[in-house]
Amino acid sequence: MGVEQKLGNMGVVTTTLESVVNWGRTNAMWPMLFGLACCAIEMMSAQSSSYDMSRFGMELMRASPRQSDLMIVAGRVSKKMGPVLRRLYDQMPEPKWVIAMGDCASCGGVFNNYAIFQGVDEVVPVDVFVAGCPPRPEALIHGVMTIHEKVKSETFKQYTEKYAAK
Amino acid sequence: MHKKLEPIVKAIQDKFSATFEEFRDEVHLFVKPEQIVDALTLLRDEYNFELLSALTATDYWPQETPRFHVIYQLTSLAKNLSVQIRVPVNGSSPNVPTATRVYAVANWRERELLDMFGIEFDGHPDPRRILSPEDMEGHPLRKDFPLGYEEPQFTFNFDEIDLRKPYAKE
Repeated sequence: MGVEQKLGNMGVVTTTLESVVNWGRTNAMWPMLFGLACCAIEMMSAQSSSYDMSRFGMELMRASPRQSDLMIVAGRVSKKMGPVLRRLYDQMPEPKWVIAMGDCASCGGVFNNYAIFQGVDEVVPVDVFVAGCPPRPEALIHGVMTIHEKVKSETFKQYTEKYAAK
Repeated sequence: MHKKLEPIVKAIQDKFSATFEEFRDEVHLFVKPEQIVDALTLLRDEYNFELLSALTATDYWPQETPRFHVIYQLTSLAKNLSVQIRVPVNGSSPNVPTATRVYAVANWRERELLDMFGIEFDGHPDPRRILSPEDMEGHPLRKDFPLGYEEPQFTFNFDEIDLRKPYAKE
């Protein structure tokens, strides 16, 4: 199963460097705790035993942005919280991805007013949006798997474009 | 109104020449801004209204002038009574003396009124915004503040809204 089938007698596996790098990135992606509102409860329940996210590599949630790769923005972001969110995003080391969880983070949700950002992509660049109010833990896990697919399909050309531009 | 409240209302009326209104069982006393601290001190010390349950304001624009009514809801736990004091304030330069020295809870309540209505309190120890960002202009709960909503995106206007939306740079 898995890698042992391909080892054969010599104990050598050949693959492309891109696949290895992407495999490493997807299988141990640690999210940062950024539960702001009600979606945080669903994120917590997705992490706990019933709908386990550790199966997908998200073994633990790091509270510190310096030690995480993925930021799951769970909940509505008010105009006062916006600069804080941006600062934490800037403190995360490359490579980093963002999931906007729930309706409020994707598009403002039910709160169409002067105090809430209409979609968190006005503050940080988002990779995957998960719809729902709140999205079921299975929906969040589907969002996580979509991010895994996105990362697995990245190429070196895309890396250089993305990281050289900064 | 409650029997026990009648002498209290009469005392306030005599001392501060206040008018009052009744609505069901509530009593609303109208007091001028300069007299409010004395009225609150009197009610707190003599008549045992220890609790300032609520300090809010209402905006009656454009129907009424003066535009704002600052509302102090006082409750007496000892006697199980509550009375409401209203201070009509003008819209052009709303200034009311602060009630922080009388009731300490008025500190944050007055900051909220400053933030949401723009009513300034003289002598307040910490006059800054509490709920909205510090650099925000405007006072959201006034009746002439725009609703501030974003137009709902349908297929026909999606592109134009997309161009205007402030997306984050990387």
